[in-house]
Amino acid sequence: MNAKQMLTPALLAAAVTVAMGTGAAQATDLTLCWAAWDPANALVELSKEYEAQSGNTMHFEFVPWTSFADRMLNELNSGGKLCDLMIGDSQWIGGAAENGQYIKLNDFFDANKIKMDDFIPATVVGYSEWPKNTPNYWALPAFGDVVGWTYRKDWFARPELKAEFTAKYGHDLAAPATFDELKQIAEFFQNRDIDGKKVYGASIYTERGSEGITMGAMDVLYSYGFKYDNPDKPYDMEGFVNSANAIKGLEFYKSLYDCCVPPGSSNGYMTEGVDAFKSGQVAMQMNFAFTWPGFNTDANVGGDRTGYFANPAGPNGDKFAQLGGQGISVVAASDKQDAALSYIKWFAQPAVQAKWWKLGGYSALRAVVEDPGFATSQPYAQTFLDSMAIVKDFWAEPSYATLLQSSQKWFHDYVVAGNGTAKQALDGLVADWHATFEEEGKY
Amino acid sequence: MSDHLAQRVASATPPKLARRIRGVSDRTIAWLFVTPTILLLLAVNIFPLIWTIRLSLTNFRTNRPNNPVEFVGIENYRKILTNPDTWASLQATAHFLIWTIVLQVVIGFTLAYLINKKFRGNDLWTTLIVLPMMLSPAVVGNFWTFLYQPQIGLFNYFIEFISGVDPASFSMIGDVSLAPWTIVLVDTWMWTPFVMLICLAGLRSIPPSIYEAAECDRASKWRQFWTITLPMALPFLMLAVLFRGIENFKMFDLVVQLTGGGPGATTLLTSIDLKREAFEKWRTGFASAYAVILFVTVFGLASIYVKALNKVKDR
Repeated sequence: MNAKQMLTPALLAAAVTVAMGTGAAQATDLTLCWAAWDPANALVELSKEYEAQSGNTMHFEFVPWTSFADRMLNELNSGGKLCDLMIGDSQWIGGAAENGQYIKLNDFFDANKIKMDDFIPATVVGYSEWPKNTPNYWALPAFGDVVGWTYRKDWFARPELKAEFTAKYGHDLAAPATFDELKQIAEFFQNRDIDGKKVYGASIYTERGSEGITMGAMDVLYSYGFKYDNPDKPYDMEGFVNSANAIKGLEFYKSLYDCCVPPGSSNGYMTEGVDAFKSGQVAMQMNFAFTWPGFNTDANVGGDRTGYFANPAGPNGDKFAQLGGQGISVVAASDKQDAALSYIKWFAQPAVQAKWWKLGGYSALRAVVEDPGFATSQPYAQTFLDSMAIVKDFWAEPSYATLLQSSQKWFHDYVVAGNGTAKQALDGLVADWHATFEEEGKY
Repeated sequence: MSDHLAQRVASATPPKLARRIRGVSDRTIAWLFVTPTILLLLAVNIFPLIWTIRLSLTNFRTNRPNNPVEFVGIENYRKILTNPDTWASLQATAHFLIWTIVLQVVIGFTLAYLINKKFRGNDLWTTLIVLPMMLSPAVVGNFWTFLYQPQIGLFNYFIEFISGVDPASFSMIGDVSLAPWTIVLVDTWMWTPFVMLICLAGLRSIPPSIYEAAECDRASKWRQFWTITLPMALPFLMLAVLFRGIENFKMFDLVVQLTGGGPGATTLLTSIDLKREAFEKWRTGFASAYAVILFVTVFGLASIYVKALNKVKDR
């Protein structure tokens, strides 16, 4: 063997080694898409650890909630490559799975020993599975969220108000156990003068443009007996969506809107609720749990001045709450799926999830939320746990946007515009949803 | 003349090309210049229009690339035209269109008439009046939601100031009977200056000699207005109505920011409804049929109107 013959394999080996080395260490620019809100800022902070460990660079595309679905669904539908990772809304999962917009994660989970049993069951069903209640996973539960309530603990504790309330209603002024009690409290505070300022009963969701009023109304309707369809016959909605109890629930929501919200609350969602509560306008506020850390540290309402409670019970004692939150998925159109999966692998680690909770992200990992210290780790932690145990979610069908538009129209038309009756609204909703499912070939 | 033009074109081109061009007619040269524009128009206007018509006859959905696309004939058109919601949306659009045009023409013409008079600070007032139309409609919509806010909004306090009504007792945006007027009011505030400018151009195009002759004939100011000013400014007014009509038929951003189409569907204009069908529900075929119907409506009305405008101009 001459020198040239010896050199060739050596050079080849060196070249392969260099190439492999380069490949392994090659940094990737990843873009994660999510809504523009406080938890997104926490995720930016959290992700610095991933960047340091992996050498990859994280970029973020955050869009305000009111246009989040528009913007991101447009991106998914057009096969855009902007997002490698998507923290998409729970209702998108059906469409994203059936239209091949997210990659299926079962094999990845198996290979990396990520078990869905390790996450809060409701979040797995809500954020990851399609079809629902089957072991087909399209996302890792990323951010647990649920609609709950905040109240002005300091106002509730005032002796003169407590005495007046008890004299009027025959029970203590405290976090309500039922929706009837909630309305009594809201009526009690409506137009009341506190510290020289007129205050109002409650802030509830009424927004028309995206999903606001549906999230708010459903949050109440579930506990009144509303069901999306016949449990024994899917997509059979007559008598379930528009049951007598569901009608009562919608009437209750309207009565709450009519009696007890601040003037001009005809188009309010999360931001408006936060503003109303932080500015001391309302005694109670309906909002997603993600807003709670912000109240806890707020200069006006923070600390002991704010209390938290899970959705109260309906007239028959049923207690449910509207699920929020999202799972993290890998976008099928992305050219950087391996790097994106490495982010999910890193994100699923218990230590990272624990830090996620500390930074203000609601981890859905059971190891975090079932830790003995979790319930007392924040003033709202126990309420979060209580609420997550009673969640229900809106349709997650591929046609969810059409179904949502119908409920937005009917709920807003009845609750805010005051047109027709609750029965007409729910009958109309059944008709619209039926037409949508008929187009989808469900019958 | 034509030889001269061909010579000039040829002399400005490289000799090789020039030799070829010398034998080319004016008509061919004209086509050479016009062809890129026609191709561009075909690509960005005509082709999408034909494609939209084609899509309108199918059940195509952009977000379902795996679903088979079926020809459904005029089913989408039938669904739209028999849907009470579509007619409610058209009614809301007609209310918005008619009242904004009436108010903008009346106020715009009045302002133009006043500004046309020579007075001190004339230019400053003109600049101040046209400021609203320089703003972005989304910004205007956003800050008017604050002005309409019952608790802190200046508008409600102004109403209280002139009428004594409690500002917190009414919500312009949340009330079914008031909401359609809120969008009319804001659009009028924003776009009246535009109508004023067009009217001003019309008024300034009237030769002073006509008024002088009318003065000699002892015609009153009132008579001068009805027999000289208004007839001579009418083509400009009609042009302003055409522009505002087309613009307001497709009004979107301002209203979305102000009311989001609510309360209920009270201010759900056709453009908002169409956008929701196309880009929220992703019913592409259905939305295409909707767009074609709206296009035919606007095109038909505009054609009739332009004919009327030409008649007025020819008078």
